[in-house]
Amino acid sequence: MSRRKSIDEKIFHYSGYVFISILAFLCLLPFALVISGSVTAEKSILMDGYSLIPREFSIEAYKILFKAPESLLRAYFSTVLITVSGTFAGLFLIAMTAYVLQRRDFKYRNAFSFYFFFTTLFNGGLVPWYILMVRYLGLKNSYLAVILPGLFNVFYIIIMRSFMKQIPDAITESAKIDGAGDFRIFLQLIMPISKPSLATIGLFMALYYWNDWFSAMLFLENESIFPLQYYLYRVLNSLDFANSAVAASGIPMPKMPSESFKLAMTVVATGPIILVFPFVQKYFVKGLTVGAVKG
Amino acid sequence: MIKKQSFLKNKTLYWMIAPAVIYFFVFSYLPMAGIIIAFKNYSYVKGIFGSAWSGLQNFRYLFFTGDIYYVTKNTLFYNSVFLSVNTVLQVLVGIILAELASKSFKKVAQSMIFLPYFISWVVVGAFVYNIFNYEFGSLNTFLASIGQKPLDVYGNKEVWKYIITMFKSWKDIGYGSVLYLAAISSIDQEMYESAHMDGANIFQRIRFITLPALKPTMIILVLLGISNIFRGDFQMFYNIVGSNSLLYKSTDVIDTYVFRSLMKLHDFGMAGAAGLYQSALCFLIIVSVNYIVKKSNPDYALF
Repeated sequence: MSRRKSIDEKIFHYSGYVFISILAFLCLLPFALVISGSVTAEKSILMDGYSLIPREFSIEAYKILFKAPESLLRAYFSTVLITVSGTFAGLFLIAMTAYVLQRRDFKYRNAFSFYFFFTTLFNGGLVPWYILMVRYLGLKNSYLAVILPGLFNVFYIIIMRSFMKQIPDAITESAKIDGAGDFRIFLQLIMPISKPSLATIGLFMALYYWNDWFSAMLFLENESIFPLQYYLYRVLNSLDFANSAVAASGIPMPKMPSESFKLAMTVVATGPIILVFPFVQKYFVKGLTVGAVKG
Repeated sequence: MIKKQSFLKNKTLYWMIAPAVIYFFVFSYLPMAGIIIAFKNYSYVKGIFGSAWSGLQNFRYLFFTGDIYYVTKNTLFYNSVFLSVNTVLQVLVGIILAELASKSFKKVAQSMIFLPYFISWVVVGAFVYNIFNYEFGSLNTFLASIGQKPLDVYGNKEVWKYIITMFKSWKDIGYGSVLYLAAISSIDQEMYESAHMDGANIFQRIRFITLPALKPTMIILVLLGISNIFRGDFQMFYNIVGSNSLLYKSTDVIDTYVFRSLMKLHDFGMAGAAGLYQSALCFLIIVSVNYIVKKSNPDYALF
C-alpha cells in the first residue's frame, strides 16, 4: 500500500480533503452559531444580530436559566423517565416477540409475521389514531400517551428476529432437556446472548424517545409533565411561554433577554446528546450497517 | 386433537407473543377500521362509529378547495428532491471518505458529519431561526458586515425549497454515507490493486469497481424512498416552517395539512379524508413498486 501516489490520486485526495472539511465545517456551523448566540449580551443581539463570534460576551441568559431551574429540571425528569421506561419496556417486548417469531417449532410464525408487517404497508393515519388515544383510551395528559407510540417497531422486530436466528439451536435444545420452559430460555439464555443487538436497537429507541416532541404536542397539555424537546419547542415558538419561563427567575420583564435565553435553552436541551454522542456513535454505525444488510 | 396438542406445547410462546399481537391490534388495526371517519360527519360525543354517515362530502370538500392538489404536489416534489440530492451526496461522501488515507481525519470528519442525525427537529428549528431571522439572524449580520442589504427570508416563498432541502441533507448525509461506507469496506481490496496494476486511474477505479458494488445498497435505499414518497416528514416541515401561512403554498405537505385540519381547524372528517387519501396512495405505491421490482429483479423486492 505504500506505493507512491499518482497524479490523479493526488488530485482526488486533495479535493477530497477540501470537500469533506468544508462539509464537516458546515455540519458544525449551526451548533457554533447557537452556542455563540447564547453567550452574547442581549443588547448586542438586538443591535447587531447574532454572529459566529460574540461581539459582547455575557452569560446572563444561563444565569437566568439556572436561577429558576425547576421547570427545566422537571422537563429533564420527564424526558429521562419516558426514555428509560420506554426503551427498556420496548426492548423487552420487541425481543420477546422476535424470539417467538424465529422459533421454528412455532406453527403460525409466518402468519403472525405478516400480521405485524402489514401495519407498515397500510395504516389508518393520524386522525383515527388520535381519536383512539384521546377519546377511547383517555390518554390525554398521560406519560403513557408518549411512551406507547414508540414501544414497538416492526423493523426492529425483524432485525432482532434475524439476529436471534443465528443463535445455534443446540443452546435452546440442551436447556430444554434440562427442563427449562420457553420463557426462562428466552430470559436467561437468549437475552444475554443478544446483548450486542439489544444495545444497538436500544440506542435507536432511546434516541427516538429523547427527541420526540410530536406525541407530547398531540397529547400533553399539562406543562408540568412536558418532556424536554416539547418544552424547548414551546420556549422557541410561544412568546408567552418563554416570558413565563424567564419571569420565574424574578428578573423584571423589560430587561428580559429573550433572544439569548432561547438559544441558551437550546444549548442546555441539546447538551447531553452531544456529550454522549462520541461514546455511542459506533453502536449506531453498527446498527445501521446490520439493518441495511438484513433490512 | 393434534391441533390442541400443538397449542398446549407452545402455550408459553403464545403468551409471549400476546402483548405484540394486542398492541398492533389496538394501535394499528383499530385505527384502520376507524378510517370510516372519512365518510362521516364526526361528532366527538357520538364517537367514530356512532356519528352519522355523510357519503363523499368530506372528499368533495377536500378536492373542491384544491388544497389537496398542491399539498400532494409539494409532498411529491420535496421527497423526489430529497431522494436525488441525498443519494448523490451520500454516495459521494461515502466514496471520498473511503479513499482518504488519514485515519484520524476520517474519524473526526465522519463524527462531525454524523452529528446532525442525533438532533431533534425542534433544535433544527432553533438553528433555522438563528440563521434566517430577519432582525437578528446570523445571515443578515454577516450580510451587514460585508455591506450588503439584509434578506427577508420569511417573506420569500421561493427560497424555502432550498433551505428545507439543505437542512434535510445536513441531517441525513452522515446517516446515509455510513451505509455506503460500510458497503465499500466489504469490497475486496485486491480488485483495486489489480486495477491499479492494469493502469486504471482513481476515477476509473471508482467508476468500475466502487459504484457497481454500491448498486445494491443504492437500489434498496431508493426503493424505500420511493415507497415513502407520499409521506411528508412532518417534524421537519413543522419545525422549519412553523405555522407561517404565507409559506403554505410552497411548503405544505400532506402530513402538515392533515395535522392542521385536525388540531387547528378541528375538522375531523376532512382531516380523516385527507389521511385516508394519503394511506391509499402510500399503499398503492408500495405494492406496485414491489410488484415491478419482483418482476424485473426479485433480489431487490422489499417483501
